Amino acid sequence: MASRKPALAQEEVRYSMTGRWIAAVFLGVFTLTVNGGAGVAVGQEQAAATAGATAKTEKPASEIGIGYLRAYAPQLTLSLLDQPPGDNGIAGAKVAIDDNNTTGKFLNQHFRLDIAEIKPSDDPVAAFNELVAKGNRYIVADLSAKQLLAIADLARDKGVLIFNIGASDDRLREEDCRINVFHVAPTRSMLADGLAQYLMWKRWPKWVLIYGSHDNDHLYADALRRAADRFGAEIVAEKEFKDTGTARRTDTGVTQIQKQISTFTQGFPEYDVMLVADESEVFGTYVPFRTWMPRPVAGTAGLVPSSWHPASEQWAGIQMQSRFLKITGRRMLSRDMEAWTAVRTVGEAATRAKGTDFETIDAYLRSDKFSVAAFKGQKLTFRPWNLQLRQPIFLGDDRSVISTSPQEGYLHQVSELDTLGVDQPETKCTLK
Amino acid sequence: MPTRICILALLAAGLGGGPAFAYTAYVSNEKGNSITVVDTETKEVVKTVDVGQRPRGITLSHDGKFLYLCASDDDTVEVIDTSTLEIVGSLPSGPDPELFVLSPDGKRLYVANEDDNLVTVIDIENKKVLSEIPVGVEPEGMGISPDGKTLVNTSETTSMAHFIDTETHEVTDNVLVDTRPRYAEFTPDGSQVWVSAEVGGTVSVIDNAKREVVKTISFAIQGLRAETIQPVGVAISADGKKAYVALGPANHVAVIDTKTYEVLKYILVGQRVWHLAFTPDQKTLISTNGNSNDITFIDTATDEPVESVTVGKEPWGVVVSPN
Repeated sequence: MASRKPALAQEEVRYSMTGRWIAAVFLGVFTLTVNGGAGVAVGQEQAAATAGATAKTEKPASEIGIGYLRAYAPQLTLSLLDQPPGDNGIAGAKVAIDDNNTTGKFLNQHFRLDIAEIKPSDDPVAAFNELVAKGNRYIVADLSAKQLLAIADLARDKGVLIFNIGASDDRLREEDCRINVFHVAPTRSMLADGLAQYLMWKRWPKWVLIYGSHDNDHLYADALRRAADRFGAEIVAEKEFKDTGTARRTDTGVTQIQKQISTFTQGFPEYDVMLVADESEVFGTYVPFRTWMPRPVAGTAGLVPSSWHPASEQWAGIQMQSRFLKITGRRMLSRDMEAWTAVRTVGEAATRAKGTDFETIDAYLRSDKFSVAAFKGQKLTFRPWNLQLRQPIFLGDDRSVISTSPQEGYLHQVSELDTLGVDQPETKCTLK
Repeated sequence: MPTRICILALLAAGLGGGPAFAYTAYVSNEKGNSITVVDTETKEVVKTVDVGQRPRGITLSHDGKFLYLCASDDDTVEVIDTSTLEIVGSLPSGPDPELFVLSPDGKRLYVANEDDNLVTVIDIENKKVLSEIPVGVEPEGMGISPDGKTLVNTSETTSMAHFIDTETHEVTDNVLVDTRPRYAEFTPDGSQVWVSAEVGGTVSVIDNAKREVVKTISFAIQGLRAETIQPVGVAISADGKKAYVALGPANHVAVIDTKTYEVLKYILVGQRVWHLAFTPDQKTLISTNGNSNDITFIDTATDEPVESVTVGKEPWGVVVSPN
């Protein structure tokens, strides 16, 4: 932890009336305004920055600091098209801060985003502490499950809320759930259930499951098995694709992998759909159109369940897409939408509760009055038993949205969105 | 009874093609890049006119001579001569105009610029921008008080109705409503503004004097999931007695008693009903049904759907001319 390098870029982002970003970049230098106990700063300079917008209000705007902590390293993917942009997620948070401030100017509220970056192998505690020391009591976390758990209890003791956008692990909402961690990203089980409902609606109930050999691939496969059980599908065969370390795009093994797929998928009993669980980007992208039998592919390749799709234009999505494109110069990805939703969640609570102090926002977020709109056709709410955001799941290929789950006909006594993922009666979560 | 006679007359007109009720409806087709011209008497498409990209908001000059049309993706408001149905000019709307409202004196057009969080005020005669007013995120709904003094804009992500003084062009009040407000409509006496909230699933009735929500109207249709009820367009009858609310993917139009705020009826129309317009005689209400590519004629005496007519791809807005 002590060897952690200073954050790559510490940014302070402010909204200006022209709609452009004014960003002051501090490389390894931390801002001098350190806020004590209360954490929520009333920044005079921020008030000046928004004076144009709040000309008629005498009081300085109340400021809400949102920290953004992410573990990042450039990653190789099997397809060039799948390489995440360097600001994946961060761009969504920035657009949301912009949106929060546009709304905030009518309520004398101002939102600030502080970004800190660590490596995927780093201990997040030091970076977390720095963000909190700067007055941020809401932390958007794009971290692994392990990293998130390393700061969760520390955050609780400091009175900090975490919004998880990086980890889809079910255990964070179940046995490892925390009272101060809200989950904006859907779980693997929500993704798998969304996919399963569609496949069952299509009457494609016989699946073959092929999965990677890394831990996350196994968790994704577990979620698919659970979904099969839950919605009446049958997994007629399973096979693990072992990562032998020569599978990446940069070596000649790539040709071999592609050629292996056909024979790897040979000899299965009759099935409807080939399911792929390869979060690790070892072989999944190569499966469609290379299977031994002509069958559709779904899972982490082919028909993919996700929290957003860059081609979604339904439910006013076109407006979000064009706004995002205009500001960032690229298409909006799932991580961007999760970050946008997390930052908007804090903004929406501040707007509706008409307050900027931590207790007011915290109480509103936990009340049954809270909901947030995220271009998914209905309001999104938190499951009170484990603080997971209820949300429809997009099912799309690399060009377009094929469908959105829950599928019609999957009914639920509370919310049809609770047909996706682990429901209250099965939960292992005790919030503490 | 007079109403009975009206129905008979309407039926007679529909069947026999008599001279009564001959109005012209103009429908903007969001994905068809066209407007469809429909004779409200014969209920037949008279003509389809190619226009700019992503046409949405549509309205008429008070003399009926010009159509104003938001060509959203062309960042302009097109002016169409209703006698020739040709585009004769454009107005500097600012980027991505979605919906607008004409001032009661017909001189100014107030446009919601969805992508830029602005309301643009246009002087129609001089084709000049008079003002750009910063509002909330994704401005859409635009309503104007009958006296022309108060403009209301709704912003979808901010979830507010912004009250704007049309003299000073300043936002004077911001009223928080339910999530994703889409449309604002003043009552004919100017005492209230009705604001629909698409994701919230409600209509907020705002008192124009107090600038407060005095009533929130909810909807429930048997057999439909609550999430499918997404109020969008609002039309209030000229006598102020009934309000009609288009419920989006619920495929129904709600009829509300404006005194009791009770929902009297749900009228089944086409798929994904967006917007509504009365004929000048108030006897017919027309709904645009975005997903079924048609419009539905509703008899306002019985509040029954009369007929649906296929128009262009994804019909969005509608306006009816007296000529």
